[in-house]
Amino acid sequence: MKKIIGLLMTSALCVGILAGCGTKEVVNETTNGIVTENLSVSTDGSTSMEKVIGSLGEVFQQETGISFTYNPTGSGSGIKAVSEGRCDIGLSSRDLKEEEAASGLTATVLAYDGIAIIVNPENPVEELTSETLAKIYTGEIKNWSEVGGNDTEIVLIGREAGSGTRDGFESITGTEDACKYRQELTSTGDVITTVSQNPGAVGYASLASVKDTVKAVSVDGVAPSEETIKDGSYVVQRPFVLVTKTDEALSEGAQKFFDYITSDEAVEIIAGAGVVAAK
Amino acid sequence: MANKATAFLIGWRIEMKKTKIIENIIHGIFLILGLITVASVLLITIYLVIAGIPAITEIGFFKFLFGKKWASTAAEPAFGILPFILTSIYGTAGAIVLGVPIGFFTAVYLSKIATGKMREAMEAAVSLLAGIPSVVYGLVGMLVLVPGIRKIFHVPDGASLLAAIIILAIMILPSIIKVSITALDAVPKEYEEASLALGATPIETYFRVSVPAAKSGIAAAVVLGVGRAIGEAMAVMMVSGNVPNMPSLFQSVRFLTTAVASEMAYSSGLQQQALFSIALVLFLFIMLINVTLNFFLKKGGKTA
Repeated sequence: MKKIIGLLMTSALCVGILAGCGTKEVVNETTNGIVTENLSVSTDGSTSMEKVIGSLGEVFQQETGISFTYNPTGSGSGIKAVSEGRCDIGLSSRDLKEEEAASGLTATVLAYDGIAIIVNPENPVEELTSETLAKIYTGEIKNWSEVGGNDTEIVLIGREAGSGTRDGFESITGTEDACKYRQELTSTGDVITTVSQNPGAVGYASLASVKDTVKAVSVDGVAPSEETIKDGSYVVQRPFVLVTKTDEALSEGAQKFFDYITSDEAVEIIAGAGVVAAK
Repeated sequence: MANKATAFLIGWRIEMKKTKIIENIIHGIFLILGLITVASVLLITIYLVIAGIPAITEIGFFKFLFGKKWASTAAEPAFGILPFILTSIYGTAGAIVLGVPIGFFTAVYLSKIATGKMREAMEAAVSLLAGIPSVVYGLVGMLVLVPGIRKIFHVPDGASLLAAIIILAIMILPSIIKVSITALDAVPKEYEEASLALGATPIETYFRVSVPAAKSGIAAAVVLGVGRAIGEAMAVMMVSGNVPNMPSLFQSVRFLTTAVASEMAYSSGLQQQALFSIALVLFLFIMLINVTLNFFLKKGGKTA
């Protein structure tokens, strides 16, 4: 029995050591983003851009062999990282602030993340203003009759904490940490299904994934579509921005990546990630 | 003559040695295969403890276990998992309250009363129920049960603790029924015959003689049901709404399992560590249930 326990302990240790090695290597690669013998590009920033930049990076790496890394840290720290030279391209899911732009950074919009506000097709409400939307989600307005609908209680459907769509919606409407959700679902599909099942429900989802089973309402009189998102008239949207240094040229690998993701070729991949390409 | 005998003996010895070596090798292979299971359990336990402890110490033991607010990504994050713990307990208890009577009486019926085709058909249905993937339960719950609760009880939204309890009650039926049937079938015929001979009716016999004789097996079935209910994530996640509220029948709630599952995908830093800590708490619950189960099974072994 003792022997067996001893054997177990050793094997557990071995596995532990091996596992430790594995994770360390991975960490090294992603944090440094430097592969000495080859060209490379490192990106750092917005977690909401994970899907779009990840799928772009994957295809880019496959096609060119240039190694690509992405460090999901958040828009603020991504902008900081590029200004301090810790990465090639910073990723931000908001426009640069004035002082950030003034410090010698250039913003190039890669895509727009349009978030549709969806209700049940039975709901007569066709339009909301951005203020009422914020009031609805913070629980100030509780009944659809207050915004011109039927006398039914409003059921708020949202996404789980950490979701990019939730982060986007809450930051655009200014309702961070104040939303009184009735349901927090883990996928866009679940949100759409739930809203389509409940006549009192309202939810949000990326425009690209909205289906006929739900109705997307106009916000401030503008219906969501690719055009209204691109020209900025539909307000529940945010830009996905590539941040670079204005007076410093990109490294060869980074320049290739930048050219690739802003080319026509990338439009389809960007759309595949559920956002509207800026091109 | 003597030579022949020795030759035979030597040959026999070599044969024996060969078989012994083969026996030992097979023995070793079985041991290694068995150790894989043990090693997996050990690795998971060790990993959970290592991954789960840091967040608990950072947040504070009491603040973590008894905090009422969970806001993991807020500007001022709060990591209190009391709502999850209570929801898991209430949800499991509710499922047991609904599921055990149904399962128990079904088991008595199938084991003692139903005969031939009827028993076969119903047992097949029970087995089928056990084989349905939990995501299917969740899907049906989401599309039928949740809107149903909304309409029947006139609440604004049907995704609630009640929906989760109903789904869980159905999900634990197969384990309760199957284990109870096994226990009831194992009751010696003589017990029942003696009871019938003394003039008891069949129903009296089943509930006064058979069920008491099988009680440890039935208790094990209930504990197994508890284990299944508390560990279920997918189906519950699809019908319970997932908002970290304190539990209430028509409120949207979050279980220990769904707390881990719903936030894991995008989590980072302390939030992720806290999710591991939740998993550790859940693991301790399951361990407790296992110990209880073993207790009942051992007790059953002694009386039988």
